Amino acid sequence: MNRLLIAALLFSCHAAAQPADSWPTYNGDYSGRRYSPLTLLNATNVRHLSPAWATRFVGGAPAGGVRISGTPLMVDGVLYFTSLDNVWAVDARSGREIWHFYRESKGDMPRTGNRGVGMYRNWLYFVTLDNCLISLDAATGKQRWIVPFADPKQLYFSTVAPVVIRNHVLIATGGDSFDIPGYVESHDPETGALQWKWRTTPASDEPGIETWPGEYAANAGGGNPWISGTYDPDLNLYFVGTGNPDPVGAGQSRQGANLWTCSIVALNPDTGKLVWHFQASPHDTHDWDAVETPVLIDGQGRKLLAQASRNGYYFLLDRTNGKSVVSVPYLSTLNWSLGTDGKGQPIPNPAKEPAPDGTLVSPPTSGATNWPPPAFSPRTGLFYVATNEAWSLFYRTDPDPHPQGFAIREAALGGARAALLALDYRTGKPAWRHEWRTPAGVAGILATAGNLVFTGKGSYFVALDAATGRTLWHTGLTNPLTNGPVSYLLDGKQYVVAGAGDTLFTFALN
Amino acid sequence: MVKSALLFAILAVSARGQQPSPAAIAGSGEDEAAVVRGGEAFAAQCASCHGSAARGLTPQTDLMRSALVRADTRGDRIGPFLRAGHPPTKPATLNETRAADVIAWLHAHLYGVAHAGASEFLNLLTGDPQKGREFFEGKGGCAACHSATGDLAGVGEKYDPPVLQSLWLNPRRRRAVRTVTVTPQSGPSRSGTLERIDEYNLVLRDGDGAYRSIALEDDEPRVEIHDPLQPHFDLYRRLTDAQIHDMTAYLATLK
Repeated sequence: MNRLLIAALLFSCHAAAQPADSWPTYNGDYSGRRYSPLTLLNATNVRHLSPAWATRFVGGAPAGGVRISGTPLMVDGVLYFTSLDNVWAVDARSGREIWHFYRESKGDMPRTGNRGVGMYRNWLYFVTLDNCLISLDAATGKQRWIVPFADPKQLYFSTVAPVVIRNHVLIATGGDSFDIPGYVESHDPETGALQWKWRTTPASDEPGIETWPGEYAANAGGGNPWISGTYDPDLNLYFVGTGNPDPVGAGQSRQGANLWTCSIVALNPDTGKLVWHFQASPHDTHDWDAVETPVLIDGQGRKLLAQASRNGYYFLLDRTNGKSVVSVPYLSTLNWSLGTDGKGQPIPNPAKEPAPDGTLVSPPTSGATNWPPPAFSPRTGLFYVATNEAWSLFYRTDPDPHPQGFAIREAALGGARAALLALDYRTGKPAWRHEWRTPAGVAGILATAGNLVFTGKGSYFVALDAATGRTLWHTGLTNPLTNGPVSYLLDGKQYVVAGAGDTLFTFALN
Repeated sequence: MVKSALLFAILAVSARGQQPSPAAIAGSGEDEAAVVRGGEAFAAQCASCHGSAARGLTPQTDLMRSALVRADTRGDRIGPFLRAGHPPTKPATLNETRAADVIAWLHAHLYGVAHAGASEFLNLLTGDPQKGREFFEGKGGCAACHSATGDLAGVGEKYDPPVLQSLWLNPRRRRAVRTVTVTPQSGPSRSGTLERIDEYNLVLRDGDGAYRSIALEDDEPRVEIHDPLQPHFDLYRRLTDAQIHDMTAYLATLK
């Protein structure tokens, strides 16, 4: 597929239009399903899957080395991918580097990761840890322009993969150490100029301010939306999850629901106006960002949106208006909720807020799941999500009536159990669960029309039967899977690509 | 009398200034002595408007959320600001050294705000030791493996409450060796100590210490692991927070 066709696809793409011969966006298409329509590779022949190539990338890595936690794009036989502050273009047939771009971020932010690039015509977009949006020429890797969009001294740090909708490059801020409000921003793909900015907490004259004690708390209220959202062209709505409120874990100075933190929001991509919201964790005190991919599902004659949220709840919404269809825990150990309110939003149990002497809560701050992307197969009707059943003691450490920053400590406990769950999207109930033998670590997921689910566990890369969860194939990598796997057709072969630490592994039926 | 004693206590605290935690000072890289001096100077000259921890008495006087303070690197912003005289009506009298101390103190506090591990635990010993003892000997099932005068003697002395509370809920692996029995559909079972396990491979040491590596599929062979720590993990689903605090309070008495 050439770039003009990619552009056409992105301009008009319907939720069901995942292309076979490219992977042109963070989630493959706008829907967030991470579902490949390819069937060349399938449950019958996957046992013959073998390495095509593996390449280790060094680059100008900052301390800690290269970690490929972003999703590669594949367009016209070239893979474009990132690690923190690094971008590569690599020949998808050989794994050889075509070009490499590196710019070192400055500042004291945590050295986290980067989720990848966005593409518009022949141009790439990515964000740096120190909050610059950079556009590169996809052919050469040369920088076209750089636009700073948030202050690293306020401990904003950015990791999101830009999403391109028509002539809008959508990005967002990350970071929650310093009581700062989050933003989704739209920039001009030609010049980088700011088009609009939507703040994750309301100003004093905006709706939602009634869920804060006042402007002072809302201005410091967090909610950074640090994972790429999804888009419905028919509704012209961009759906994105927002992060936890600030101060982290201590709610005494921000009584109220704290909108629009820990929420799924629908924005108009042309104006940045909020159209609807659904709050996954009202008045969060456990750092449960609701940034997990809002997956768009067309089913039962309805336009739906599903999220397996970090707080352990599965939410199914009507994406035309944000109304709840299903709200149900998918984590059997979840113990912090008193049920749901009339809107399907969980009611937090005040007794499970962090306390000076500790409260026992499941899930931990790392969540029932986290940013590694889930997948949905319209073929099976199953929503695949990596989960951890674990517990922590939550301690409130800041007794001040006006706590600031990180105001809690967490002591992780033992005996955790990990599983890949396949949830019936209509009910949120597991059709099957693949229990892992070892705990910890959730990994990204890819579903394919070949009745396969790819994911990682430990240092294994694994293919499961999408209908039953049985292991069909596994292989050892040099590191645990660190990104969401992708698949595409190239020269008549179906490839599967996985990032593990500093190495990109590709597999095919050779 | 009582009133004046209380007032004196408050004044004594504010005269010292609210110091950042040792972890915050260490993490910030600031000199500890400078931070202590800075806290004293801040308490004397700044705290009446900015509060004892620089969080302000009003949103406008909150220095932890001040863009100027956050933008500062080793005094490059705050230094000139103070030198220009602040507040303008009655400027603080800080010489260069003392101003640098105040800046060090501010940076240590900023580090504490931004880092979860830099904050200190508050009082954990809120439970009822007697109820904890009853739980230990009764419903908790702890006495099946442990004794207050045996393996747990002195734990209240040895560990701080936060460590103690984590340890009894989630003990260190060390001596708690897991054993395993592996039974293939065709053939005899093999038992030993579990050395490692992942999704598709298991290693055990059998009775003579030999290394045995075994390939695993989803359901074959059958793997049964005995973990002596499992009773601790099994508690989580049924423990109340009050029981946790009672148990910790009881264990803290074992000195």
